Amino acid sequence: MKALCWFGKHDVRVESVPDPVILNPKDCIVKITRTAICGSDLHLYDGVIPTLEQGDILGHEFMGEIVEVGSEVKKRKIGDRVVVPFTIACGQCFYCKQELWSLCDNSNPNAQIAEALYGYSGSGLFGYSHMYGGYAGGQAQYARVPFADVGPLKIESDLKDEQVLFLSDIFPTGYMAAENCNIKDGDVVAVWGCGPVGQFAIRSAKMLGAGKVIAIDRLPERLRLAQDGGAEAVDYSQTHDLIETLKELTGGRGPDACIDAVGMEAHGHGIDWYSDRAKQMMGISFDRPFALRQCIQSCRKGGTVSVPGVYGGFLDNFPFGAAFGKGLTFKMGQTNMHKYMPKLLDHIQKGDIDPSVIITHRLSLQDAPDGYKTFLHKEENCIKVVLDPWEDRSLA
Amino acid sequence: MNLNSTRANGARSGNSRAKAIQPWAAVLGGGALAIYGLSRKSLGGTALAAVGALGAIAGAKRSTLTPTAIHVQKTFTIDRPAEELYHFWHNFENLPRFMKHLISVTTKGSRFSHWVARGPAGVPIEWDAEVVDERPGEYLVWCSLPGSAISHRGSVEFRPSTNGAGTEVTVALTYHNPVGKIGAAFAKMMGRDPERQVREDLRRFKALMETGEIPTVVGQPSGRRSSAVKVLHSMKEPEATQQLRKGPHEVQAAKLKPQFAGVQSGGVR
Repeated sequence: MKALCWFGKHDVRVESVPDPVILNPKDCIVKITRTAICGSDLHLYDGVIPTLEQGDILGHEFMGEIVEVGSEVKKRKIGDRVVVPFTIACGQCFYCKQELWSLCDNSNPNAQIAEALYGYSGSGLFGYSHMYGGYAGGQAQYARVPFADVGPLKIESDLKDEQVLFLSDIFPTGYMAAENCNIKDGDVVAVWGCGPVGQFAIRSAKMLGAGKVIAIDRLPERLRLAQDGGAEAVDYSQTHDLIETLKELTGGRGPDACIDAVGMEAHGHGIDWYSDRAKQMMGISFDRPFALRQCIQSCRKGGTVSVPGVYGGFLDNFPFGAAFGKGLTFKMGQTNMHKYMPKLLDHIQKGDIDPSVIITHRLSLQDAPDGYKTFLHKEENCIKVVLDPWEDRSLA
Repeated sequence: MNLNSTRANGARSGNSRAKAIQPWAAVLGGGALAIYGLSRKSLGGTALAAVGALGAIAGAKRSTLTPTAIHVQKTFTIDRPAEELYHFWHNFENLPRFMKHLISVTTKGSRFSHWVARGPAGVPIEWDAEVVDERPGEYLVWCSLPGSAISHRGSVEFRPSTNGAGTEVTVALTYHNPVGKIGAAFAKMMGRDPERQVREDLRRFKALMETGEIPTVVGQPSGRRSSAVKVLHSMKEPEATQQLRKGPHEVQAAKLKPQFAGVQSGGVR
């Protein structure tokens, strides 16, 4: 089959690789009909996530048809059309039973690596470094999916692939970010980063009863899309002082909740941004927590900071004093996908939301390396790249 | 050797560990004392430094590079009833399914068993063991028979966790003075990182008991690997897991079905 493989910083290639096979009795093989490039894939592309290895197949947002099942698969059948969650969960451990699916104890074969770095390991993830299990990803024509009865969500309606594909990650991720804000009717929620996760966080915050959502970015097309989702747009590159601007927009109180949908590679301006970036380039620190610092600084007293943006390592100049002084609550983590997927599919089926509105680029898998480049540099107003692994029949 | 409880076993293991640690404690403690003494920059300080340095030297002399016993203890919480875990473990033939260094264990009655382990340079090492103490659903202690190439003692204890969610499983393994060249080589192999080995064995046991399988990515596709990455992968833990998987027919499954029992026929690919 063809698959997109990582070879180094800004070096991804589509290669011919062996087809995946069933490795465990609860596995299934999915023939992928649609897959996407996630903003968090750009962290891999930029080489800032440790334990990625040359030849690793990337991609964790995918869906398709089950073409093979292991001997212990009971519910899922060959021919089922499924969306696959990017977190892999066993469904049997303490964490899965608490609906903390992204913290599954039994899905990361390299748990010892994550344990050495983090104390304990989260669940395995598709195509997201060996620390998270080293599972081959879904920017490919086929993928092996463990725990077939637990993860893959069966789609029985005639919704198009593009309408349900984002149940694999970014829609539930944006939704959990909003849910983590503990929104009360009329609350003001500010969202840093209007990429795909930010867009879904904005729409989810509205669905959960936010009175006002403030969207912060610097790219006009993203701010426009945020406005379409019901948000008030703030172009931070045009504001003299973002914290003051947010104060003015919230009656002087500050947002009730702040969502950092940016993560470890924040863009920004000012001296601390340049210093973060220099440190990251020199390998002194992994993460550039520019957006997170602003979230903490601007959040109202007793408010919540929700972090769906990915962080990998250590933070410098983390304003913990401000967090403590204002009694902030922090909520974060990989998305507990399995908890949200059925509920959000319902919302799509009822027509409450059409996730496909964020798609700006439709490419064949063969063109995925260009897709990464375009997405990274935000060329051609790129917001979301969706890939068809079978578009070019010569690939088959 | 007959023990009345695992508590006694634990105490004994604790002692042997204390003995192993003692010389190092003297080296570290003495060294710290010496540094502190020197930092005082006074007559008393110099005396303190001298005492510390002597202690450190004495400690270093007492410690030898080859350990006389390797002792490891690890605990995991497993979300299954103690009875079930106890019974799975008590059938020693199940152990190679999650213990990396074992090739097979054959039981002879309920007390005796024959163990075959991966030895250095691919030469298997064999020994016989006997269950020396047990309390169903609570603990199990076994010991190699006198005259074995490996002088080995192991115990596993099952306690309901305080929050009622599952069972706390504590495994304690001790390898004593190895006998002969093979024994010494095996001890060396085990001694490289015995903590990690036992921890990862237990992690596999947990996954096997909770989900019926052990997570793996060995055998999945990838793009061309550089030779450095290939070497790295050949050294990695999951490879050993795969070796275990290759021979499920060699071991008898107690309650769980053997892994790799085949797949339903797939679609056209």
